[in-house]
Amino acid sequence: MNTKGATSSGGNDGNPSDSASPPPSKKNSKRPKYSRFTQQELPACKPILTPGWVITAFTVVGILFIPIGLVCLFASERVVEIVYQYEADCVPADYSNNVLAYIQSSDTNKTCTRTLTVPKYMKNPVFIYYQLDNFYQNHRRYVKSRSDTQLRSKAGEREIKNCPPEGTTKSGDPIVPCGLIAWSLFNDTYGFSLENEVLNVSKKNIAWKSDQEHKFGSDVYPKNFQSGGLIGGAKLNSSIPLSEQEDLIVWMRTAALPTFRKLYGKIEKELQANENITVVIQNNYNTYSFGGGKKLVLSTTGWIGGKNDFLGIAYLTVGGLCLFLAISFILVYVVKPRPLGDPSYLSWNRNPSGHLN
Amino acid sequence: MAGYRKRIKLRFRKLYSFSCCKSTFGDDHAQIGQRGYSRVVYCNEPDKPAAMKLDYRGNYVSTTKYTVVNFIPKALFEQFRRVANIYFLVVAFVSFSPLAPYSAPSIIVPLIVVIGATMVKEGVEDWRRRKQDIEANNRKVKVYVKNNTFNETKWKNLRVGDLVKVHKDEYFPADLLLLSSSDEDGICYVETMNLDGETNLKLKHSLEVTAPLCDEQSFQNFKAEIKCEDPNEHLYTFVGTFYYDGNQYPISPQQILLRDSKLKNTDYIYGVVIFTGHDTKVMQNATDPPSKRSEIERKMDKIVYVLFTTLILTSFTGSVFFGTETKKDISGGKYRRWYLRPDDTTVFYDPKRAPLAAFLHFLTGLMLYGYLIPISLYVSIEIVKVLQSIFINKDQDMYDEETDRPAYARTSNLSEELGQVYTILSDKTGTLTCNSMEFVKCSIAGVAYGRGMTEVERDLAKRRVYRPLEMDDSSSDAPVHIDDTVDSGKSIKGFNFRDKRLMNGQWVNEPHPDIIERFFLVLAICHTAIPEMDKESVEISYEAESPDEAAFVIAARELGFEFFERTQTTILLHELDHASGKIVARVYRLLHVLEFSSSRKRMSVIVRNEENQLLLLCKGADSVMFERLSPRGRHFEAKAREHIKRYAEAGLRTLVIAYRELSEDEFRTWEDEFLKAKTSVTAERDALADEVADKIERDLILLGVTAVEDKLQKGVPECIDKLAQAGIKIWVLTGDKIETAVNIGYACNLLRQGMKQIVITLDSPGIEALEKQGDKEAIARASLESVKKQIIEGGSQLSSAKESSIQFGLIIDGKSLAFALDKNLENLFLELAINCSSVICCRTSPKQKALVSVTKMVKIGTGKTTLAVGDGANDVGMLQEADIGVGISGVEGRQAVMASDYAIAQFRFLERLLLVHGHWCYRRIAMMICYFFYKNITFGFTLFWFEAYASFSGQPAYNDWYMSCYNVFFTSLPVIALGVFDQDVSARLCLKYPLLYQEGVQNILFSWPRIFGWMCNGVLSSIIIFFLTSNSIIDQAIRRDGQVADLEFLGVTMYTCVVWVVNCQMALSINYFTWIQHFFIWGSIAFWYIFLVVYGSLPPRVSSTAYKVLVEACVPSPLYWLTTLLVVISTLLPYFSYRAFQTEFRPMYHDIIQRRRSEGSEPEMPELPNQVKVRMHHLKANLRAE
Repeated sequence: MNTKGATSSGGNDGNPSDSASPPPSKKNSKRPKYSRFTQQELPACKPILTPGWVITAFTVVGILFIPIGLVCLFASERVVEIVYQYEADCVPADYSNNVLAYIQSSDTNKTCTRTLTVPKYMKNPVFIYYQLDNFYQNHRRYVKSRSDTQLRSKAGEREIKNCPPEGTTKSGDPIVPCGLIAWSLFNDTYGFSLENEVLNVSKKNIAWKSDQEHKFGSDVYPKNFQSGGLIGGAKLNSSIPLSEQEDLIVWMRTAALPTFRKLYGKIEKELQANENITVVIQNNYNTYSFGGGKKLVLSTTGWIGGKNDFLGIAYLTVGGLCLFLAISFILVYVVKPRPLGDPSYLSWNRNPSGHLN
Repeated sequence: MAGYRKRIKLRFRKLYSFSCCKSTFGDDHAQIGQRGYSRVVYCNEPDKPAAMKLDYRGNYVSTTKYTVVNFIPKALFEQFRRVANIYFLVVAFVSFSPLAPYSAPSIIVPLIVVIGATMVKEGVEDWRRRKQDIEANNRKVKVYVKNNTFNETKWKNLRVGDLVKVHKDEYFPADLLLLSSSDEDGICYVETMNLDGETNLKLKHSLEVTAPLCDEQSFQNFKAEIKCEDPNEHLYTFVGTFYYDGNQYPISPQQILLRDSKLKNTDYIYGVVIFTGHDTKVMQNATDPPSKRSEIERKMDKIVYVLFTTLILTSFTGSVFFGTETKKDISGGKYRRWYLRPDDTTVFYDPKRAPLAAFLHFLTGLMLYGYLIPISLYVSIEIVKVLQSIFINKDQDMYDEETDRPAYARTSNLSEELGQVYTILSDKTGTLTCNSMEFVKCSIAGVAYGRGMTEVERDLAKRRVYRPLEMDDSSSDAPVHIDDTVDSGKSIKGFNFRDKRLMNGQWVNEPHPDIIERFFLVLAICHTAIPEMDKESVEISYEAESPDEAAFVIAARELGFEFFERTQTTILLHELDHASGKIVARVYRLLHVLEFSSSRKRMSVIVRNEENQLLLLCKGADSVMFERLSPRGRHFEAKAREHIKRYAEAGLRTLVIAYRELSEDEFRTWEDEFLKAKTSVTAERDALADEVADKIERDLILLGVTAVEDKLQKGVPECIDKLAQAGIKIWVLTGDKIETAVNIGYACNLLRQGMKQIVITLDSPGIEALEKQGDKEAIARASLESVKKQIIEGGSQLSSAKESSIQFGLIIDGKSLAFALDKNLENLFLELAINCSSVICCRTSPKQKALVSVTKMVKIGTGKTTLAVGDGANDVGMLQEADIGVGISGVEGRQAVMASDYAIAQFRFLERLLLVHGHWCYRRIAMMICYFFYKNITFGFTLFWFEAYASFSGQPAYNDWYMSCYNVFFTSLPVIALGVFDQDVSARLCLKYPLLYQEGVQNILFSWPRIFGWMCNGVLSSIIIFFLTSNSIIDQAIRRDGQVADLEFLGVTMYTCVVWVVNCQMALSINYFTWIQHFFIWGSIAFWYIFLVVYGSLPPRVSSTAYKVLVEACVPSPLYWLTTLLVVISTLLPYFSYRAFQTEFRPMYHDIIQRRRSEGSEPEMPELPNQVKVRMHHLKANLRAE
C-alpha cells in the first residue's frame, strides 16, 4: 500500500523521482565508499608497553650504551692534553694589584716564558689552542657586529650596516674587516721551543675550508684596521688577503658559550714523554677587565676529537641506569606479578561475580 | 466547457469551508505605500520602464561568506581575530626593527604559511557553498514570454514581475503570488519542509479574480500591479494589495508561495514573482547556526594564557639579568666587557641606560621565546577536525540503508566534545521511535479488539507473566489466537491490527455494529489527510499531517471504510451498503473542520451525510474528551478508561473517539457565531474561534478508544544499554503518560531490572481536589510543596542506597517538572537527577520552552557536556541550547537537522558516534594539544637555557630559518597524523568496553595535572638536551683534525636532538602506527637533514651561518652522531620509564584493554574484575555498578 507515505517525504531533496524504494540503486546510493582509509582500518602496528618489551628495551639500551661509553672513555684516555692557565701567572708581581694598567700599557713587557712538561707521548700533529673564559662571543651585539658581504668581496667594502662603532674611521673610510669581532681579534702569541730548538707552529689549515673559500675573499685586504684611537686586539698585515688570515677566520667563527677554545696552530712534530717545552707567551690580550681566564692548550686528537670524558661517562651512566631499571622492573615483576594476564586471575572469567545488566 | 467550469466553481466557492473567512482588508493594508510597505510589482511586465526603474534584486542567490573581491581582506580579518595570531602579526611587524633577535622574513614566512593554510581551508569551504549556489541558481523554471508561450529559463534570470509556471514536485524559484492552478478553484498544496520542517501539506488558494487565468492564452493581456510589504523574514505574514481591472484585492499569506517550498498534489500553478533572490522570505530567514566551542578548546585558550604568562616570566627574568649584566659593563670609567664597546653603543645595550635597555630586551625576549606559543596549533587543530568530520561522514557503519543517508557532521569543531558527553537529552517520538504509527488495538463500545503484541508487551511478557488485554474479555475460543499475527497475507505499513472479530466485514456480527460503524466513520472522516491514487496499482496512499492520522485512515480503509477522495467541501468514502451488501461510494459534505492544536488536544469535523444528518465527529486526548461526554454518552466510560490504562501500559498512544448529532437550528446559530469569530480582525481571533468551537464540542457520545503503536527504532534498546554502560546519563523527554513512559523506558533499556524508580508526580488526590476548586494560587503552593517533598524523599532514598550501588531511575511528569525547575527547587532537583542514571520526563508539553529550560538546567547545573537528540522542529531549541545537538534525519523534515551539529539517520548510530568517534576524537585532540605544547616548550626552553649562557643578550642558538621551519615543517605533520589517525583501541573494542568512554567524560586525558605533566616533560627534555649537548661537544676538538665546535655547530646539534626527540616522543606516545605515521615521523626527521643539506649548499649569502654546516662540520664528526644518540635516548628515558611503570602498576582502562587485546584474551564480559577495578584510580567511582 502506501509505501510512498510519510517516510518518503522526509528527504531526498532535489531528487525529482523522490523514490524511497528501500535498496537504492548502487549508483545513486549515498553509502560511503569503502576504503580502509576512510573506515580507519588501515593495517597498523599497535605497540604497547608489555613488561617484555619494556625490559627488552631497557636491556638493549643498557647493553648498547655501556660499550659505547667504554669505547668513548678509552678513546678519550688516549688523547694527551696539556693545559696551562697563564692569565694570572704571566702578570709580573709588581702589577698584580693593577693588572689592567699592565695589560693596557704599551710599554710593559708582556713576554712570559714558561716550561711545560709533556706527560705522555704526543703523536703529531699536536694542536695548539687558546681557551678564554667568561668571554661572551655569543653576545647578540657581538655576534651581529660584522659584515659578511664586506668579508666576501671587495665590492661590498662599504657594507658596514652592522659594524658601528667599528664601521668607519673618523674620516668616514670603511674599516676592513669591520665590526667588533674583528676589532677584538685575539692577540696573544705563543712561541715553542724544545731544548732550545724552535718548534715550528703551522698556521695553515686551522680554519674551516668553507670559510676560507667562500666567506673570506681572496681579493679583500685589511684596510684602516685598528687605526682608530681605541685598539681592540691584533693588527693584520694589510698585504695579505683575508682568506689567508686564518687567525682572523678562526676568531670570526663565534663561539657558542662564554668558555671556548680556538685553534691557534699545529705542531707537526711528535713530542715524547717528559720532554720539556719552553713556551714564550706574549700576554697581550685583555681579559682582565672582565675577569676572564686564559689557557694555553696543547692536545692530540683521536677519532673522538679532543679529550672528552664527559661523553663516555654520560653513556655509561645512562646505560647503567637502563640496566638498573631493567633489573628493578624484572624484580618488581617477579616479586609482585601483574594481576592481568596471570591465569589465576582469570577466575572471574568463569565466575560471574559481576553480572550484565 | 468554460461555462460549465464556472458554474461548478461558483458552487464550490459558496460551500468552501476553508475559505469561509473571505479575505478582507485588515488594518495592515492601510500601511501600503508607506515605509516598510513600499514594494510595487508590475505583473507580467518586467520590462516596463517603471519596473526597470525600481531595480529590484535579481533572483541570483549567493550564500557564500566571501566573494572573489573581498575574500582576502575579509578572510584576513577573520584570522586576526584570534589573540595568538595578533601576537604573531605584531611580532612580524616588530621584527623589522633592531629589536628582533632574528631576521624578519623568518618570522613572516611561517605566519604566511599558517594564515595561508587557514585561508585556503576557508576558501575551499566557501567554494563548496558556491557550488551549491550555482546548482540552485541554474535550476530551470518555465517563464512566460510573449506569444502565449512559456520558455525554460534559469532561476537566476528571474525578475520581479515575471510570470512563471511551476509543475508538480518542483520547488518554487522565488516568492510567488499564486494566480491560478491546475485546479479550477485555484488551490494548490505545498510542502514547506525546507522552511519550517513540517511535512504536512499546506493549502494555498489564489484570489478569486485570478483563478480563471489558467491557460497560456489568458495571460496574453494580463496586466496587474501589486503593492506590498518590503522583504522581511516573517514566514507567516504577508500584506499586499492586488490591483487588477481597476479593482483592489487584498493579498494574504494564503496566496503566497515561498521559495524552497515544493508544489505537491497539484499538476501546475501559475504565479507572479514578488520577491527574488535575497529578498525572499527563506533567504531573509537564513541565519548561521550558533557557533559552539568545545570544552577542550576553551581550556586550550587557558593553556595559551598559561604559556603567555610563562613567556612573559621568562622574558622578564632574562631582562633582569641582561640589565644587571649590561649595567656592570661600565663602572667608574672602566669598561668591563670592552669587546662590546660599552662606551659607544646603541640604546639596546647601553650600560648608562640599563633599565631602558632591559625593557627593550624584554620586548626582544617576547619575540625570542615566542616559540612557546605554537603558531600552527590552531590551524593544525582545524585541519584535524575537518578530517575527523570527514571520517564521521564516511563511516559505513553509520549509514542507513533505508533512507540512504550517511551520518553527517555539520560542524567540525565539536568532534572531541562527542567524547565527553555526560548527559544525553532525548526526544522520544521520532528519535527513539520510528514515528511511523501502527494501528494495533482499539476498544469499541467497551470491548477491546486487536491481538497484536507490541514490543513493550513482549518486553513485559519477558519480565513477568503478562496477559494481553483482549484475553480477559474474549470468550473461551480466544486462547487459540495468541499468536495469530499471520492472519492477513501482506503486511501493511501503519496497520498491525489483527482481530477476526472485526476484519473482513465480520464486525456486523458483533454486539454493537452501529457503534463500530460510527467509530470507523470517525476515523475515515475526521482528519486532514489527502488521498493519493497510485495510477498503476490502483492503491490509495495518504498524505497526512501526522503519522497517527495516516494510521487511522489506513485502519478505516482496511476495515471497509475507504477514504478515496477529498474535495474542498466533500469527503468521499467507499463503504459497505448494508441493504445491498455492495461497496458503494458515499459523499459526506464537509462543513467545518475544527483543527487540532496542542492546547485543544482534539479535532472535530462537522459533516452532513447522505441522509442529511448533521454529525460532529471528534477525536482527542482522554484528558479533554471524557469531560465533554454527555450523560447518556458515558455508557462505556469505565471500560474505556480501564482500557486506556492498559493500552498505556503496553506503550500505546491512545485517542478517544466520540461523536454527536446536531440539529439544524443549533448548527446554524453556532455557525454564525463561529464565522463571526473567524472573520474578526482582532488579535485574539484564534482564541475566540477556539472558544466558539468549544461550545459545540460538547455532549459527545463515546464510541471508543484507539491505540496506535509507535515502534521503537531498530537497535534502540541495545544502544541505550551501551550508552548506559558507558556511564552516560540519559534523559528522555516525552509527552506520554507515566505508565507508557515507564513501559517504554523498560522496552528500550532506559529502566532496567533491579533499578529503583523514583516517581515524582502531581497526580495525587489532594492536588486534584484543589484543581477542582480552581484556586490557582493554592494549587501552585500545594504543588510546589508536594514536589519538594517528593524530591527530598527521593534524595534520601538515594543517599541511603549509596553503599549498595543500586541504580535509580527518575520519572517526573511535566507539571512537577515545571515546579522542580523553580529557582528554589532547581538545585535540589538537579542533585537528585544527576544521581539517577536515567531520567524520564513524561507529559512534557511539546513546546520548545520546556525542552530548552530543561536542557539549560542540565547543562549549567552539571557543568558537563550535554548532548541533545531530536528529530522535529520542536526540538530545535533544545538542539541549539545543548553543547552538542544531534538531529535525527528521519521522518519529520529537516528542521532539526538544520539546527543540529551532527545529523544521523537512526538513534542507534549515536552509540558509534559517541563511543567510537567521540572517544577517538577526544583522545586525539587531547593528546595532540598536550603534545603540541610539549614540543614547543621543549624547543622554546632550549633557547632559554642557551640565553643563560649568552648573558641573556637575545642571541638565538639556532639559525633563523631552522626556527621558523620548526613548527611548520619538522614537527607539524606527525602531530596532525596523531590527531587524525591515532586509535587507542579499535572501534570494535571501543564498543565492547563502553566504560572506556568515561576517560572522556571525566576528562582524564586533558586534566590539568596531565597538561602540566606534559609541560614539565617539555622543560625536562629541554634541560637534558641543552646540558648534555653542550657538555658533550663544547671545548675540546670535535674531530680528528682538531676543529672545535662553534655556535653554529652547537645550534645544529641541539636542533637535531630536538627534532629527533620530539618526533620520537611522538612515536612513543601513539598507539597506532600505520604507514602514514611512519612516513610522517621518520619523514620529518629525514626532512630536517635534507633541509640542512639543501639550505647549506645555497651560497653563503643566503645560508649565512648554516653554509655547509652539516656536510663539512657535522657529518664527519663522530661526536655529532654520538651526542645525538645519547641525547635522544636520555631525553626519552624519563617518559618511557614513567609510561612503563604506569601501564604496569597504575594502568588506565585503555592500557588494560590494549594489553588484553595483545594477549588475545578478550573476555566476553565487558566489566572488569574487582582486582583490576581497584587499580583504576583514574576513573572515579561513579561508574555503573554491576
